[in-house]
Amino acid sequence: MLEVEVHHRAGGFALDVGVSVGDGVTALFGRSGAGKSMLVAMIAGLMQPARGRIVLNGRVLFDSETSIDLPARRRRVGVVFQEARLFPHLSVRRNLLYGQWAGGRRNAPDLGAICDLLGLETLLDRSPDTLSGGEAQRVAIGRALLSAPDILLLDEPLSQLDGARRAEILPWLDRLAHEAGTPILYVSHALDEITRLADDLIVISDGGIVASGPVEEVISRIDLGPATGRHEAGSLLRGQISRHDEAYSLTVLSLDGQELTVPAIAGEAGTPVRLRIRARDVALALERPLKISIRNILAVTIAEIAFEDGPFAEVLTRVGEQYLRARITRCSAEELGLAPGAQAYALIKSVAIVRPTLASR
Amino acid sequence: MLSTEAVSALTLSLKVAGLAMVVALPLALFAGYALARWRFPGKALLTVLIYLPLVLPPVVTGYMLLIIFGPNGAIGRWLEQSLGLVLAFRWTGAALAAGVMAFPLLVRPIALAFAAVDQRLEDAAGTLGAKPGTVFFTLTLPLAAPGIFAGVALGFAKALGEFGATITFAANIPGETRTLALAVHTALQRPDGDMLAIGLSMIALSVGALAVGLSEFAASRLRRKRRA
Repeated sequence: MLEVEVHHRAGGFALDVGVSVGDGVTALFGRSGAGKSMLVAMIAGLMQPARGRIVLNGRVLFDSETSIDLPARRRRVGVVFQEARLFPHLSVRRNLLYGQWAGGRRNAPDLGAICDLLGLETLLDRSPDTLSGGEAQRVAIGRALLSAPDILLLDEPLSQLDGARRAEILPWLDRLAHEAGTPILYVSHALDEITRLADDLIVISDGGIVASGPVEEVISRIDLGPATGRHEAGSLLRGQISRHDEAYSLTVLSLDGQELTVPAIAGEAGTPVRLRIRARDVALALERPLKISIRNILAVTIAEIAFEDGPFAEVLTRVGEQYLRARITRCSAEELGLAPGAQAYALIKSVAIVRPTLASR
Repeated sequence: MLSTEAVSALTLSLKVAGLAMVVALPLALFAGYALARWRFPGKALLTVLIYLPLVLPPVVTGYMLLIIFGPNGAIGRWLEQSLGLVLAFRWTGAALAAGVMAFPLLVRPIALAFAAVDQRLEDAAGTLGAKPGTVFFTLTLPLAAPGIFAGVALGFAKALGEFGATITFAANIPGETRTLALAVHTALQRPDGDMLAIGLSMIALSVGALAVGLSEFAASRLRRKRRA
């Protein structure tokens, strides 16, 4: 358990944050300049907050009241930076084991186990300058894990990689998230990474926390617009693979008793799946429409409506126990007479679900 | 092939330049690191002091060494009384003069090399548990090594050929302080010294070219590494 409460002023920027990070993967989400990297540097001991307290598993790392400020080397906070920061004059193996031979860290996981987890066996004798961006980041993650940290901070580890490299490293991060056993704070401004990897989500905006909680809940919340950007606002649903329709290259998911058809994905029936649906891809109807190309028609209950001054209305609906968010025009919302508690149907184009993310949990 | 005079001058020069480097290198590492990484009061003054021998007439530097380290100088007298160490007019004094003159050439590449080491790597090492001293010896020093080598090669070449400060502070004593440069000067004073002067000059030329070549090679490796 990591508890952070820090206050800092730098130039015109103010950081006032209080968060706690538990086990599993917690995503710290926010636009660039929101204060994410500053917060990471403070937790890692690379930057001193003006005021506050940072406690990791009951160990005080920083406390301005009692003037405690452990140096980075004594915090046992593993950090993976945006750029891999591998030591260029050392082999991959010497880099991986740096925390042990130079940092004196004991009780580290076995080198072989970490190599298995991140696919590093074939890289061990290479020099860092011969690695691709994705390989270098995997080595950086392995190096941090092998220093036996109590928590691992990943500071936008994919932001410097192109699309192909990101796709290459994401499955490794997936494995890391489920198998490393070390709590992870994953900093990112990419919602697809977060919906794929995170259990919990903390949203930071202009130096303050605007929301935190389980990822599905936070992502569906209506008040995230300014932090997430309207374009990306949406919800995260959990379901299982029900069956595949190979003739049409489609996969049918079951979602709290209802069915949802998406472009074909791999996985056996019963495999849990996470699915992010953007609010702008969801339409609402009061009756079940007939003769329509849209395959996904879910019975929902209106939970909340936020009218704005502009052309849009944000509607939060419930599908069973889960939330689905829709953005429709304010005009439609008024014409349909939508109100909390009303029954409706959510229409989602299958093709709008670009890449359902498989979660193996 | 070489006359005994030439051999004596060459070995003495190597000895003097070698001692100058051995003593000056740790100081240059410290000064280079301080100039590259630290902010402290008097930094500008230290910079001026270090680089001054580069621009002063060498004879002035030698004269100042004589004032400070000579038999009647403050430090010179203290060294003689407490340690029995005499520098003026000895080969060790020639080494001191050569070291002081070579110091700016030694410090400059070293400071640049330390400044070029990415401090974010050092931060990363810290998060992996390494103490500052360990970080210095496992990261900073190896990464700055090409620059340090370039500095040593350049400084050694300078120390080998030093003339003005040496002759002023350590005089021109055969076998004691008559280094290559001084031997060339002496040969030129003799009516029959031309051949000797040419031979000595050729030696100085080859040793100097070798050292500068090595220094450039090290510097280019440093540049390549930084781009990578």
